[in-house]
Amino acid sequence: MTINRRAFLSASAALAGTMAVPRLGAAADTIKLGSILDTSGIFDAYGKPMDMAMRLAVKEINDAGGLNGQQIEIVSYDTQSDMALYTQFGQQLVRRDKADIVHGGILSASREAIRQTMRKAKTLYFYNVLYEGGVCDRNIFINGVTPAQQVEALVPFAMERAGGNKVYILAADYNYGQITANWIQKYVEENGGEVVAVDFFPLDVADFGSTIAKIQGAAPDLVIAPLVGGAHLSFFRQWAAAGMKDKIPLASTTMGVGNEHKVLTPEEGNGIMVAYNYSQELDTPANKAFKEAWAEAYGDSSAIHEIAVSNYQGVKMWAEAVKKAGSTDRDAVIAALETGLSIDGPAGTVTVDPKTHHATLDVHLMVVEDQGMNVVETLPQRPPIDTQAVCDLVANPDDNKQYEIKI
Amino acid sequence: MDLAAVILVEIVYAIASLVLISAGLAIVFGMMKVINLAHGEFMMLGGYVTITAVKAGVNIFLAMILIAPLVVGAIGLIVERLVIRHLYGRLVDTMLATWGLSLFFVGGVTMIFGNTTTGISTPIPGFPIGGYQVNGYNFFIILVSIILVIAMYAVLKGTRIGLIARGTMQRADMAAALGYSPDRVYMATFFVGSALSGLAGAVLAPLVGLVPSSGGAYIAKAFITVIAGGPALVAGLLSSAGFFGLVNQAFAFALSPVVGEVALLISAVILLRVLPQGITTRFFRGRL
Repeated sequence: MTINRRAFLSASAALAGTMAVPRLGAAADTIKLGSILDTSGIFDAYGKPMDMAMRLAVKEINDAGGLNGQQIEIVSYDTQSDMALYTQFGQQLVRRDKADIVHGGILSASREAIRQTMRKAKTLYFYNVLYEGGVCDRNIFINGVTPAQQVEALVPFAMERAGGNKVYILAADYNYGQITANWIQKYVEENGGEVVAVDFFPLDVADFGSTIAKIQGAAPDLVIAPLVGGAHLSFFRQWAAAGMKDKIPLASTTMGVGNEHKVLTPEEGNGIMVAYNYSQELDTPANKAFKEAWAEAYGDSSAIHEIAVSNYQGVKMWAEAVKKAGSTDRDAVIAALETGLSIDGPAGTVTVDPKTHHATLDVHLMVVEDQGMNVVETLPQRPPIDTQAVCDLVANPDDNKQYEIKI
Repeated sequence: MDLAAVILVEIVYAIASLVLISAGLAIVFGMMKVINLAHGEFMMLGGYVTITAVKAGVNIFLAMILIAPLVVGAIGLIVERLVIRHLYGRLVDTMLATWGLSLFFVGGVTMIFGNTTTGISTPIPGFPIGGYQVNGYNFFIILVSIILVIAMYAVLKGTRIGLIARGTMQRADMAAALGYSPDRVYMATFFVGSALSGLAGAVLAPLVGLVPSSGGAYIAKAFITVIAGGPALVAGLLSSAGFFGLVNQAFAFALSPVVGEVALLISAVILLRVLPQGITTRFFRGRL
């Protein structure tokens, strides 16, 4: 048989046709959950466990019979720690894959890269990461802690333990770091302290030698470091290598979010003060059950971290709303969430705040000890008062901006 | 006073790390005229070899000083036999081939170790200078760089092997006429060049979080240092590393580390405008 162009074209058209048919059939009775995360590259320490958590949550929902009788199908994209890929994959998720819901985004830069795409396409979007607060958009639900929940608690805790009021801030140089540094400054001043300097670092800076010398020149009583990503981890290492760790106490709003305290040795990490919604060391039945389920799925529960749990709770929250609404229709699900829906996650109770679409949740003040985070104090059910002060989606449902704190 | 001492240490450290980063490239690019875009990846491999060896229980200094250079040198040897030896004298082709190699190494390491940050902690504790704490490991890097420069100078200037290597690089046909095999000389020189890159990556590994794409952070600085240095190998390396290290740290202390990096790049542009052939065409002429 000879293959001419006509034969080839008709054969390939027939082939394409047979492949397309079962896909159309399957699409009708599954719910498409889009996931967009950095599961490789310098932010993979954040993204990989988030991906695992999302898959675990979906598996549990599907095993329990799905949502309203429908199974969930995951459509996931790896953005490779490249912000440009978020725009591309975000478009693909809403236009080609026609996802019913999108969970994902890690860095605030990545959230802002896809938020408007989701809004325009009327695809409900969940951002399940600790962040700088202030996003006011009816199409998004946020399950991470914000500065008023975290920084407001961490700053007085750290200042008291440090026994002084001069604070030096080292922050990542993009929207998260810039805005969080302002929040830290606000709360330091409210607690009678003084910020002696703020330094910003692009995400690929890995040499902190001159900074460490400058910090010593300023002689603060406390260093607060909202640093982000693999390169910035060098700071904690070089800080300990210079012998500074026992001289000036260190607090961070991000260290440990990606289990950095497990990459650092105990000598490098011990004593760093943090405040998060979750810790593997939380001694609750819910956390114990969650760790067991994780270990059963992945063999070992050591990869679980703060924003993996946020992602898990985000997926569960969305599933609860779909059940309550009885459909995956965006407006019905939003209405269900806005009733102040609540779930019990591994990190405690999480409740939707209808005015801001943020979450009310527990925050724990912790100190890193032998590669674990020991809970010193628990602050139950903290509302996102920072965003509540500027955002009211009940009164202004068409609001669409990120409010920033003014100093 | 204490601050001045600390700043001095940081400046010397910045110069030493530039020397370390650029030494392997100075030999491969400066001497052999192979544009080795995989230089950063050779350093990254040195880092991974060190971390793997340390995790397997090897003494960290042994891993950094001996194992990493030998392993990376051996990889360089294979690369030279398979790829580079066909491309001597073809400057642009070496660029393309080594760029491909760098992608290959990044991909290979990602497959083996995963695209995650790894690291080991520094083996030397910090100590005080007056009221300041400094990183003790900085002194180790400074020491390694000094020994490296002295060794490079001694071998190239004082030994017969160094003479043969320099002669072959200048006129391969004359060296061949005198009975030396240029092929083998090139091979040995490339081995030494890659081993030095491996050493640099190994020694810097405890200070950074290592990922397979880490090499990219070094490559620009290494090329800038070697090109700005000009034709003299050791004098060029020292003078340009000294200049850039000083500029970088001066601005880092006065303003911020980011401005320091920017100042380094701007000063490189100005320097190459004023001295397009490198520092050693004007100063230290005829030195090694």
